[in-house]
Amino acid sequence: MTTAELTKKDKFLTVFSSLDFKSEPEHYAQLRKEAEAELLTLDFPTSKTEYWKYTRLGKITNNNFQIGKVEQVDIKPFLIPNLDANLLVVVNGFFMEELSQIASQNGITVSSLSKAKTQNSTVFAKHFNQYTQNKSELFLAINNAFHTDGIYIELAKNTTAEKPYHIINITTENNSISQSRNLFVSSAGSEVKIIESFVNANGSENFINNVTEIYVAENSMVEYNKIQDKKDTNFSISTEQVYQQANSNFAINTATFNGALVRNNLNIEVDASNCETSLSGLYLGKNKDHIDNHTVVDHKKPHCNSFEVYKGILDDESTGVFNGKVFVRQDAQKTNAFQQNNNILLSDNAVMNSKPELEIYADDVKCSHGSTTGQIDDEAIFYLQSRGVGRKSALNLMINAFAKDALEKVTIEALQEYIDAKIEERFA
Amino acid sequence: MIKIKNLHASIDGKEILKGINLEIKAGEVHAIMGPNGSGKSTLSSVLAGREEYEVTEGSVSFDGKDILELSPEDRAREGLFLAFQYPVEIPGVSNINFLKTAINETRAYKGMEPVSAKEFLALVKEKSALVELDSKLANRSVNEGFSGGEKKRNEIFQMAMLEPKLAILDETDSGLDIDALRIVANGVNKLKSPNNATIVITHYQRLLDYIVPDFVHVLYNGKIVKTGGKELALELEEKGYDWIKGEFKV
Ligand SMILES: Nc1ncnc2c1ncn2[C@@H]1O[C@H](COP(=O)(O)OP(=O)(O)OP(=O)(O)O)[C@@H](O)[C@H]1O
Ligand SMILES: [Mg+2]
Repeated sequence: MTTAELTKKDKFLTVFSSLDFKSEPEHYAQLRKEAEAELLTLDFPTSKTEYWKYTRLGKITNNNFQIGKVEQVDIKPFLIPNLDANLLVVVNGFFMEELSQIASQNGITVSSLSKAKTQNSTVFAKHFNQYTQNKSELFLAINNAFHTDGIYIELAKNTTAEKPYHIINITTENNSISQSRNLFVSSAGSEVKIIESFVNANGSENFINNVTEIYVAENSMVEYNKIQDKKDTNFSISTEQVYQQANSNFAINTATFNGALVRNNLNIEVDASNCETSLSGLYLGKNKDHIDNHTVVDHKKPHCNSFEVYKGILDDESTGVFNGKVFVRQDAQKTNAFQQNNNILLSDNAVMNSKPELEIYADDVKCSHGSTTGQIDDEAIFYLQSRGVGRKSALNLMINAFAKDALEKVTIEALQEYIDAKIEERFA
Repeated sequence: MIKIKNLHASIDGKEILKGINLEIKAGEVHAIMGPNGSGKSTLSSVLAGREEYEVTEGSVSFDGKDILELSPEDRAREGLFLAFQYPVEIPGVSNINFLKTAINETRAYKGMEPVSAKEFLALVKEKSALVELDSKLANRSVNEGFSGGEKKRNEIFQMAMLEPKLAILDETDSGLDIDALRIVANGVNKLKSPNNATIVITHYQRLLDYIVPDFVHVLYNGKIVKTGGKELALELEEKGYDWIKGEFKV
């Protein structure tokens, strides 16, 4: 049995042998080799693997993927109206310079990840792969070993980005596999807002395995907004490894509008005092969508606050999974951790698996968590109807009311409007 | 305005309304009284279109239209309004926003242009003053965290905004202190016109001192068993329902 499973993983990995990383500097080649070595010890999760309990990966592991290729794509459909931002385009894991628009700003380095590797940057070298190595997670290790390209953003000390960075991460083709990879470094006192849209231009059953590392230095602020809108025929697994230093502020907002299989692994290590961490999520499932958010906040030092709200609306035969872990280590006294997951099921066949978890090893902390899953309140709908509001509008009002505060931490107005419009469109 | 004929309705297979006959003309105020559980709120809900109730017999025509065929929202758009005995709290849905939606969808139903932002604000100001509803409440989520009395006032505020032809006030007086009762009743009276009508469901004569009914009906065990003028309410207040129950059983 073990042999059979090994074969399956090995077979899965053979597709990457066509990728050529020979031109990379030795240091990065070595990191890939280490990841390949780790891969020998890892395997696809089984039904007994707790971390993957509610997300079966057969659609991915049984697929016959081809490496996604560079392709010219019309990015217009993926632009966010009224958003004044730097544009960075990635197609099937490759950076598309000619489609990108970057205004240069003093103190900010923006480039493709592959270019950054060749620039002899000590900051890049110091952080790249630092938060992803030997985590015993197969898909993370696969990306460590075989990622192609992605975006590197570095802010020098005390630099505030004038405009947000909008990464449009596009997949195309049937059964393509791509592995994009980002690194964001905000040095002390800097501030940046990033949006990444994960979208699909054409093709179905394509799979993206994305990894983003974020280093949030002392007294800096990073807001990372993820829009996942790859249609209900494609797969994505994405992993964010976030590392926070003292007095820093990190916020991540994830809006998932669909996906045959979406799995987000969000891991935040809060390794110094006085940090603020905010995790927000909104996921809307329909048809047979499967949307899984696994989050970890690891409070290691005292006087930090984390605030987490994930909300889901699941229709048809869609499935939602939420697993939120908050660790409060022994040293992390005076931690304030709040975590909440609320779900509405719009159909009898929709399913939600929610598991908020707190692991507390310190005694002087304030932590709370909760989870609810329910239906839309019929009495409320009738009340609104009895005033002349149509049933559909009433439902819309209720859904918007529910979804509204899930992403209130998004501070980019054009993005807020874009998300609101997408929610409205979804339930119109 | 409304003609209810031999209306039978049941819920979960249990018959609650057992043949209601009632006709209300424009300009009239009808009070419906009756012991707990006699079916007063059921009648309101059935008229407003609550789906849980099954109408098994009878008809209701509202300005000549068979409203039993209409959705709850279309009944409202035709001019029917129910002030709920237990107004529902709807967190996150703004009182004002939903009323704007209600008004505009009603206007669209009638082929009218949507209300302008300016007009709407003026309307909110005027009508909230009418029931002395704090403008803060008007802007909050529907009934969320409102006191019992504030909820009832909010019902009348909504009624004032929507200007229905027929308003059914289901125990709007319960939970009101004496000042609030006077304010709410004044509001209702100010909205009264020869073109609209009101059904007041209450247990107490007190409200009927302010909103003087033309007719008082006693609903008992799913039927209207007695109808009289305003003096019937006084008689009920004095004697209770036992004499009617007795009379009815005979
Ligand atoms: N879902 C249900 N299943 C069975 N019986 C029900 C259901 N809902 C209501 N009833 C019954 O219908 C009857 C009428 O209730 P209704 O609320 O109309 O009374 P009411 O006259 O408004 O009373 P009150 O004065 O207390 O407000 C009651 O006996 C009640 O228990
Ligand atoms: Mg009642």
